[in-house]
Amino acid sequence: MKKLFAFTSTVALCAGTAALANDELIGLMNDPTQWVIQTGNYANHRYSGLDKINRENVGDLQVAWTFSTGVLRGHEGSPLVIGDTMYVHTPFPNIVYALDLNNDGRIKWKYEPKQDASVIPVMCCDTVNRGVAYANNTIFLHQADTTVVALNAETGEVKWTAVNGDPSIGETNTATVLPVGDKVIVGISGGEFGVRGHVTAYNMETGERVWRGYSMGPDSDTLIDPENTTHLGKPVGPDSGTNTWEGDQWKIGGGTTWGWYSYDPELNLVYYGSGNPSTWNPSQRPGDNRWSMTIFARDADTGMAKWLYQMTPHDEWDFDGVNEMVLTEQEVDGQMRKLLTHFDRNGLGYTLDRETGELLVAEKYDPAVNWTTGVDMDPNSPTYGRPAVVPEYSTAQNGEDVNSTGICPAALGSKDQQPSAFSPRTNLFYVPTNHVCMDYEPFRVSYTAGQPYVGATLSMYPAPDSHGGMGNFIAWDGVKGEIKWSIPEQFSVWSGALATAGDVVFYGTLEGYLKAIDAETGEELYRFKTPSGIIGNVMSYEHDGQQYIGILSGVGGWAGIGLAAGLTNPNDGLGAVGGYAALSDYTALGGQLTVFKLPD
Amino acid sequence: MKRFAQALVFGAMAGLASAGSATENRDLPGNGPAAYKENGRYYTEDGVPAYFIAEDGTVDWATFSGFRRYHAECHVCHGPDGMGSTYAPPLKDAVERMDYYDFVYTVSNGIQNVSASHQTVMPTFGQNKNVMCYIDDIYVYLKARGDGVLERGRPAKKEAKPDAITAFENECMAGG
Repeated sequence: MKKLFAFTSTVALCAGTAALANDELIGLMNDPTQWVIQTGNYANHRYSGLDKINRENVGDLQVAWTFSTGVLRGHEGSPLVIGDTMYVHTPFPNIVYALDLNNDGRIKWKYEPKQDASVIPVMCCDTVNRGVAYANNTIFLHQADTTVVALNAETGEVKWTAVNGDPSIGETNTATVLPVGDKVIVGISGGEFGVRGHVTAYNMETGERVWRGYSMGPDSDTLIDPENTTHLGKPVGPDSGTNTWEGDQWKIGGGTTWGWYSYDPELNLVYYGSGNPSTWNPSQRPGDNRWSMTIFARDADTGMAKWLYQMTPHDEWDFDGVNEMVLTEQEVDGQMRKLLTHFDRNGLGYTLDRETGELLVAEKYDPAVNWTTGVDMDPNSPTYGRPAVVPEYSTAQNGEDVNSTGICPAALGSKDQQPSAFSPRTNLFYVPTNHVCMDYEPFRVSYTAGQPYVGATLSMYPAPDSHGGMGNFIAWDGVKGEIKWSIPEQFSVWSGALATAGDVVFYGTLEGYLKAIDAETGEELYRFKTPSGIIGNVMSYEHDGQQYIGILSGVGGWAGIGLAAGLTNPNDGLGAVGGYAALSDYTALGGQLTVFKLPD
Repeated sequence: MKRFAQALVFGAMAGLASAGSATENRDLPGNGPAAYKENGRYYTEDGVPAYFIAEDGTVDWATFSGFRRYHAECHVCHGPDGMGSTYAPPLKDAVERMDYYDFVYTVSNGIQNVSASHQTVMPTFGQNKNVMCYIDDIYVYLKARGDGVLERGRPAKKEAKPDAITAFENECMAGG
């Protein structure tokens, strides 16, 4: 009896700590003076409730202070602000600085992990990192080499470390982590190296692994219940993570999990997407390749999948499904619903019921998208929920060693990870997008552990018959599935947006501009050219009664690799070569935080 | 020579193991570096792999193959068309600076150059068949780009794939 009592009280104590951690974190998320999580809140709104900077006065914005990170690589993610401290992270080597906001940004502590530099070249497309997370007086960093580190937020002292993956087989990390309850939930990168994607929960206090769910494999690996996990309302049945693969191909199946995660505390569900199946040559992996390219809803405590939706079965274009899952409550046909909206790389903007996984909307958010005529929305159809593929743009139907031309969007998607923002004041999503098309030729490759496993050649160019630029910044109605307005941009917009209660939307551009626009009309209200191209995400906080806007500059990432030299359209002939803008004509490497405020 | 031996992970590199096989076209037309053709590939007088671009713009198979392999294996760091990126230097210029042997050595063994603000690290591709079986193709493609005789983008016209290259490819990809 005594033993049982001890046991139950321990359970109660743990549950109590978890609840407290969650309450503290949710409380801080609801406090607009803080920026406590990369995504703004659990719902991934990237919305600031501050309104001192508003559409009337944002034109007067000026630089308050700056900070050099000391690293010249692609700077994704954003700083956090908790209390009087700002936490700034860098790309590899993944330094974390704690800056004292009461003392002109004096460095309170600095943490620099020692990582083997051999991890650098197995990171596809630059050594970016999308930032740290906070909970329970602890800063969580997921390093490039997949070490998860818990740092004392006051001192920078290491509380614990956990090793999440193996860089020698191509497992690396670029993403932030999601603190939920008494756990930290983390993903993995390496889809171009034939790794098998997974999501893992670690105990927040000890770093012990609690559960891990793979993107493919037997049900015991994927944490999929054949009877209770559903796909479009129907149970998935046994072995759904292996039975759409040939032989053992699922073992190097890809489906990595490097995007932005969201969480619904009421449903206790974590939402994220899985990436491309390996290789990029679809003929080498027949079948739907489940559960790559899939939206997952998993129970935060057990990892069990509640529902799944595979957006791009049998990917033929590298349209990873990892982009952010934005959670909103909106009226659909006169009924308030719990919604999940997701702008996929494949060019479709999806809205689902996040309780059940029911598909409500799937519409193109860039009119250039041409690989599909749309998604079958008829629940009684045998192809319900599947995109209808246009044969001309099907690299699988055209086959190996055939160059499929004019596919829109390109492999980097109508949007990559650069996260959108949602304003509850306008009920609009503000979405940074790419406006780029491609030629794609798959061919046979062999797999070597820890080596790139790509198997396709592609050429990219600005969407033809359009404004000639490579990006748009759009406002999207997620319930209707319609573009409200669209701002053409010369380059892909690779920066995360921020919407504010001042009815201003902020985003950065690859030339290095921080731009402020009117949330209703999209009219430009302010721009400032920072020292390097922007692929970071805009954040806002308040200190001593003053509202600030912060953004990291430092060009790089996929955008810096693909666009540095400019794009060419091989179909345009010689006359057009060099006619497209080269990013290198506008900006150079950098690593700087710029913080803005209104004049005193 | 020792360095090069280290790079020869798959043994029979085309061209350098060609003693005794058929040599064609001793007198090639045009002003390019190619002096002769052997087993479907072109070489300089010194026996170094070379591109061959006919007057109507038709590229030899190896140059076309190099375009494809470059954009699968190298492009994710070095940018499209050998032009370089914010992450890694332009290889079309690198092959003008370093000779064929240094090129093969670097690809095989990688580079590590790490300082506080900058990290230049290239992996070792010596064990990667998707790269090493096509290393001569990638080299001649980049050399054509660096010499300024091949425009950006996909070569419009190419020679048919020579049987000798198919045979080499099959053997190389199958071998350990």
